Amino acid sequence: MKILVAVKRVIDYNVKARVKADNSDVDLTNVKMAINPFCEIAVEEAVRLKEKGVASEIVAVSIGPKACQEQIRTALALGADRGIQIETEASPNSLSVAKLLKAVVDEEKPDLVLLGKQSIDSDNNQTGQMLAALAGYPQGTFASEVNVEDGSAKVTREIDGGLQTVELKLPAIVTTDLRLNEPRYASLPNIMKAKRKPLAVKTPAELGVEISSTLTTVKVEPPAERQGGIKVGSVEELVEKLKNEAKVI
Amino acid sequence: MSKLSYFGETHRLLRDTVSRFVEREVLPHIDDWEEAESFPRELYLKAGAAGLLGIGYPEALGGSEGDIFQKLVFTEEIMRAGSGGLTAGLGSLDIALPPIVHFGSDELKQRVVPAVLRGEKIAALAITEPNAGSDVAGIQTRAVKEGDFYRVNGAKTFITSGCRADFYTVAVRTGDKGYGGVSLLMIEKDTPGFTVSKKLKKMGWWASDTAELSFQDCMVPVENLIGVENQGFVAIMNNFQNERLSLALMANGTSQLALEACLEYVQDRKAFGKPLSGFQVTRHKLADMATQLEASKEFTYRVAAKMDNGESVIKEVSMAKNFATDVSDKLTYEAVQLFGGMGYMRESLVERLYRDNRILSIGGGTREIMNEIISKQLGF
Ligand SMILES: Cc1cc2nc3c(=O)[nH]c(=O)nc-3n(C[C@H](O)[C@H](O)[C@H](O)COP(=O)(O)OP(=O)(O)OC[C@H]3O[C@@H](n4cnc5c(N)ncnc54)[C@H](O)[C@@H]3O)c2cc1C
Repeated sequence: MKILVAVKRVIDYNVKARVKADNSDVDLTNVKMAINPFCEIAVEEAVRLKEKGVASEIVAVSIGPKACQEQIRTALALGADRGIQIETEASPNSLSVAKLLKAVVDEEKPDLVLLGKQSIDSDNNQTGQMLAALAGYPQGTFASEVNVEDGSAKVTREIDGGLQTVELKLPAIVTTDLRLNEPRYASLPNIMKAKRKPLAVKTPAELGVEISSTLTTVKVEPPAERQGGIKVGSVEELVEKLKNEAKVI
Repeated sequence: MSKLSYFGETHRLLRDTVSRFVEREVLPHIDDWEEAESFPRELYLKAGAAGLLGIGYPEALGGSEGDIFQKLVFTEEIMRAGSGGLTAGLGSLDIALPPIVHFGSDELKQRVVPAVLRGEKIAALAITEPNAGSDVAGIQTRAVKEGDFYRVNGAKTFITSGCRADFYTVAVRTGDKGYGGVSLLMIEKDTPGFTVSKKLKKMGWWASDTAELSFQDCMVPVENLIGVENQGFVAIMNNFQNERLSLALMANGTSQLALEACLEYVQDRKAFGKPLSGFQVTRHKLADMATQLEASKEFTYRVAAKMDNGESVIKEVSMAKNFATDVSDKLTYEAVQLFGGMGYMRESLVERLYRDNRILSIGGGTREIMNEIISKQLGF
């Protein structure tokens, strides 16, 4: 069984993001970049499926400038077998990404595609779903547990108010939630091995996809600064303030 | 990666791994561990499982080989936990194992090294004695050969990881006075006659345990001899090169954290109606601090590169250690000063950096001993 995992290069989750002076975007100059945490969970799940003998090959794909090869290497160091970079300087929106991934799916014909449920930079939460629609595959989103057996995947989903388990016939699309697993550390021996794993570079044109933009970013602003808190004397006072001042109960 | 950089793709990925390890396994607990004057043994296992302890060791012994800059990346990132004690405690294997790896018998290597690199066992180096520190050739702990055993009598002190190590690389006197009579023995924890006589209270490095050890008619099997009898001194001296590089890196890491803490604090803290960064004297002080650290880092990297290239750097590594610790002495002092009263409080990182820093120009050879080495190399 072959698994395709999508990984995205994003600002490291520990970095305090700053907005550019002209409010056009987040300032990424000299900022530490990393693999999107949800994508990392997807890679980990793929590697676990391979360790269990369920999967035989893991292909990691990333879309972006040359620098995103760093994140592919990270995925390879975590246990993916080979990488594909789709090189573009544009920052494609979710639909363009889904179209590019669809083209890769057509080429690679994976049995399972694992993606993060969203990327922590743009927080759109739609690429996996769009890919499922374009490919005509069943989807299990927000997975907190994945079991693959006899040509189908049982996916436990984190939904409002509880857990839902769906069964998908392979090939299928699964997007990962935070609690699916805790990714391992890439050990030095595995980092060394990753250096020798193949990484192919393709262009959107080669895949027959044109990256079109249907969206313009008008303005990016930092969130309002948090106000200082207060100390209350008693539970009664707390309830009173929650009711009458904060108006949340 | 820039052409001028000492670091490549492997180093970047390794740095990510170590920094993630620190962030997940260490940072949430380090303040508690400092106050408790210990960190859980389990951390060795976790570090071992993540392959962090095997950097630079032979594959045949469970290591992952690698260049000096990989080890350097590890030290730099572990230091970002802000605890010299943790770095020293977790890293005690790096002063204890090299003599075994380089001079030990195959049987001894296999018995000791892989288990330590997996984090299952802890290793410590025991050279210093109550009556011999800088003067390594003056150690008095005696080992007398009796059949298949050495009978060991004496004491060691200031031994990092000394309380809970399983394997000790111990300098003993097997021959005459002076450096020609020194040997190294590997002594195991439960050997009869060996006891940890005291856990020592310290100014800094709280998270690491530091012990006094006692040997009273402690019978050590002869196969535990590391290398050749009476040739231990050279092994000890060789070992110092890496330790000194690592202490220089710890000094630079300490300076780095002190500087970063200051850069943040001067923007928040206000006095006389403006942030501290509004005073030119503050900005210039920070500029000086940053300049000194930059010079120290570049020098240390250069020395590391020469070591990696197989060059002898006895003089340069001693210089790098002194330079780096002079800089960290200055920067930790200035950092506490810039923080004012807050710098004296245990809740400030700079308070710990100031205390932890003090050992760096003493351990692994004092500043004065470094200067002895440097002046000898200058021909005196
Ligand atoms: C926290 C901590 C951890 C340690 N961990 C270990 C460990 O794991 N294993 C281990 O074996 N040791 C360890 N040590 C010991 C350390 O290596 C010694 O403390 C150090 O080498 C100095 O020796 P000393 O303390 O005996 O000082 P001394 O040798 O007594 O020196 C006292 C002073 O005299 C100066 N001096 C000495 N000789 C000369 C000279 N020729 N010319 C000019 N000045 C001189 C020194 O520079 C120093 O200022 C540790 C020490 C500490 C504090």
